[in-house]
Amino acid sequence: MIAENYNPLEGKMFGVLDKDGNVINEGFVPEVSNEKLIEFYKTMLLTRCADNKALQLQRQGRMLTYAPNTGQEAAQVGSAGAIEERDWLVPAFRDLGAWLTKGVTLEQVYLYWYGNEFGSKFDDSVKMLPVAVPIATQLNHAVGIAMASKIKGEDEVTIAYIGDGGTSEGDFHEALNFAGVFSSPVVFIVQNNQYAISVSRTIQTMSKTIAQKAVAYGIPGVQVDGNDVLAMYAATKEAVDRARRGEGPTLIEALTYRLGAHTTSDDPTRYREDREVEEWKEKDPIKRFKKYLIDRGLWSEEKDNAQIEEFENYALETFKVVENSGETKLEDIFKYHYKEMPKHLQEQYEEYKAYLEREVK
Amino acid sequence: MALLTVIGAINQALDQEMAIDKTVVVFGEDVGLEGGVFRATVDLQKKYGKDRCFDTPLAEAAIIGAGVGMAINGLKPVAEIQFSGFIFPGYDQIVSHVARMRNRTRGKYTVPMVIRMPHGGGIRALEHHSENIETLLAHIPGLKVVVPATPYDAKGLMISAIRDEDPVIFLEPSKIYRAFKQEVPEEEYTIPIGKAKIVKPGKDVTVVTWGAYVRETEKAIKELEEEGISVELIDLRTISPIDKDTIITSVKKTGRFVVVHEAAKSFGPGAELMALVNEGAFLYLEAPPTRLTGFDITVPLPKGEHHYLLDPKRIAYGIRNVVKF
Repeated sequence: MIAENYNPLEGKMFGVLDKDGNVINEGFVPEVSNEKLIEFYKTMLLTRCADNKALQLQRQGRMLTYAPNTGQEAAQVGSAGAIEERDWLVPAFRDLGAWLTKGVTLEQVYLYWYGNEFGSKFDDSVKMLPVAVPIATQLNHAVGIAMASKIKGEDEVTIAYIGDGGTSEGDFHEALNFAGVFSSPVVFIVQNNQYAISVSRTIQTMSKTIAQKAVAYGIPGVQVDGNDVLAMYAATKEAVDRARRGEGPTLIEALTYRLGAHTTSDDPTRYREDREVEEWKEKDPIKRFKKYLIDRGLWSEEKDNAQIEEFENYALETFKVVENSGETKLEDIFKYHYKEMPKHLQEQYEEYKAYLEREVK
Repeated sequence: MALLTVIGAINQALDQEMAIDKTVVVFGEDVGLEGGVFRATVDLQKKYGKDRCFDTPLAEAAIIGAGVGMAINGLKPVAEIQFSGFIFPGYDQIVSHVARMRNRTRGKYTVPMVIRMPHGGGIRALEHHSENIETLLAHIPGLKVVVPATPYDAKGLMISAIRDEDPVIFLEPSKIYRAFKQEVPEEEYTIPIGKAKIVKPGKDVTVVTWGAYVRETEKAIKELEEEGISVELIDLRTISPIDKDTIITSVKKTGRFVVVHEAAKSFGPGAELMALVNEGAFLYLEAPPTRLTGFDITVPLPKGEHHYLLDPKRIAYGIRNVVKF
């Protein structure tokens, strides 16, 4: 039992791989098929390539404001890889790897960041909420979804994401408290990437770890090496299984690092040292997992190069589709506020449409 | 038919909807075991179990936020906020998510929940127990806001709210929770949201009000009629969306418009109603559209509250001035 063996109050962090991809925790290597290991790796790599591409396109003035994701792929893919299709995923906004794992298409992701609400209308089979910009509010939705699963007697589990900054919000505490009281089948993943824009984790809370906050709500909490995909998978799988058995929620703190900026409008050199960034680059989640797979004969540098090239092209081609998708239809900015457009809204729409037709053409 | 109070009618509506729709869940602070501080949910837990009527921790953001999740996952949440003055920790959830989820996901996820709460003053209450917050809710695209004025309407509007596919904020004037009884049919019935009611037809002036002030205005009208002033009284019933047609039709007939509300004056619902009248019946007006409202002050504690609240005498005075303009 990971949660029992790694008590955050004793300063213990759960990990499986070291920064060079060597197994350091034999007893806790999760049972994952080779196919699934490769799938995890490919999703992490696609996440990285899609992220780099979005950033590049933003610099060219083609993409709008974007929140980079690089460095956090293991925390996202490892955790989201532990749930099933029937389970729910409630994201924050910097969880690209989790979304792709859940089945959101890259086209939808780019469409959202490109300024079109249809980017948040995922396929019916993808049980994922849209990005939540108001920090921490989404955790209460996750609890409500999980409460409903329990009330309806369905064995779904909900996994929800938040960052270290979000743990200072009231919604974080209300959600964890509710989940504990109602023993809801929900797993909270805190991606502790050390910064909330410029404010460092040390200013967010005097708690030594974020995981230990679980103690106050009477639920299990564990701190995990968030750059270790196997550790993230193992810890999340255990929590998901526990939730599915009706044993309630878990808080998982994924210790990771945002290697890029908060968003494309942010300049991280104003608040952190290059040396710190370099140190975390050494702990890159993709680099270490690649080494792990190569050591086991499951991957190679050649395959890696080819895969990167394929994903980069795929990301660019996908973006071109989005770029050519045109403006939002006028009717669409009105018609989704209510099941049926109320009369006053219908009038505003008609009046503006008539103006455009008459005066603008 | 039974004689019911507003609170009794709300309880009956919840009870009957829970009986026919298993997805309806009722929750909030003290709503389960105790049946609510005003007893709106009394006996529901006993009847439908703790899964469908339950007490929550004291946390408005979680009550409303969890309701969002429940609605997305197929339930019909009916959340109680203990007083409208306590809504604010959950206001972010209402503005940012309850109201927006349908639009943000282009219809994939919707939040057909009801958020009900005691509303308004006149009950000699503590601080933060007498607020009028219609504007703060009606200003948000994506919400519907309802205020019943009678037991009959309370039941019919509550059933409509629960069955509505959009989120409905249900403001219950606490002053009239037990002020009077009315014959209420035992069977279920609905009253359309977005439709005002002409309480009494008249020809000299159109008066629009809602909630607890409908009764106060009716008393004022009696006084005016003895003086020969004929008032058309409209109970708005739904603050958003406003039933513009009923109001404009009436003003075109009477040529005068008065709105009476408990909320503060500036930027209040009366401002919106007067704007609608100006847009829709400007050339029919024989006097400036007028609002009789609370002052732009914090609702005073009970020893000073009577200055803030309008009584029938002041309402009659205000209407008389418009007719004599």
